[in-house]
Amino acid sequence: MWYYEKKLQYPVRVSQCNPMLAKFLIEQYGGADGELAAALRYLNQRYTIPDKVAGLLNDIGTEEFAHLEMIATMVYKLTKDATPEQMKEAGLGAHYADHDKALFFHNAAGAPFTATYFQAKGDPIADIYEDIAAEEKARATYQWLINMSDDPDINDGLKFLREREVVHSLRFREAAEILKEERDKKVFF
Amino acid sequence: MFTQFKYWEPYISPFDPCPPMRIKSYSTPPQLYIPFQPKGLPQFKPMEALYRGTLWPALFSPYPDPKKRGDQDE
Repeated sequence: MWYYEKKLQYPVRVSQCNPMLAKFLIEQYGGADGELAAALRYLNQRYTIPDKVAGLLNDIGTEEFAHLEMIATMVYKLTKDATPEQMKEAGLGAHYADHDKALFFHNAAGAPFTATYFQAKGDPIADIYEDIAAEEKARATYQWLINMSDDPDINDGLKFLREREVVHSLRFREAAEILKEERDKKVFF
Repeated sequence: MFTQFKYWEPYISPFDPCPPMRIKSYSTPPQLYIPFQPKGLPQFKPMEALYRGTLWPALFSPYPDPKKRGDQDE
């Protein structure tokens, strides 16, 4: 089970009225390499992975939900005061027609979220390598978003999230090494 | 020398509905330990290569878990 802390992992501030940015940020909400896919992937894989690395998947999967909240907050702040006309101009006309201002799990192109975005192969090596790839893809996505955004406050949050992808990737690489390690191998100090 | 399979013991609950599998295994094939394939690796003879499923002894991995199949020539 989880306990909930009613605060964001890192503060989200938005300094410019720019609803179009929300259309791009939604990629990290319901996209293939987004935070939802990451959270569900890790929290699902942890059941059948060796116990030495299950805790890592639990911790990182949980943190991904904290990132999901940050993205949701950014999208919400960027769209909550937009008029239907502004939504249309920002390329969010189709979204408005279907959801009004509600957030929805789809990617930047509007394709709805699907469980086929991730795998659980049951082979610990294959699963951890997928996790490393997922973190690198999410890092790249954050970079593309930062490249398109000129809002310094949004970029501050995005840079925090980009850094977390880097750290998660490193932790998963360590997990791969732990899985490859020889049992009963002599350790020298 | 590396091992082709690793073994671990999952948690066994006193309330598990089925008889427990106390030891689980997973495959760690040779390519995980070879960052770049070196030039001029020793090769099997053609017939042996067909039998083994690979040209290079360094990349040979036994089909599933030899302990489960009772193979002797890992």
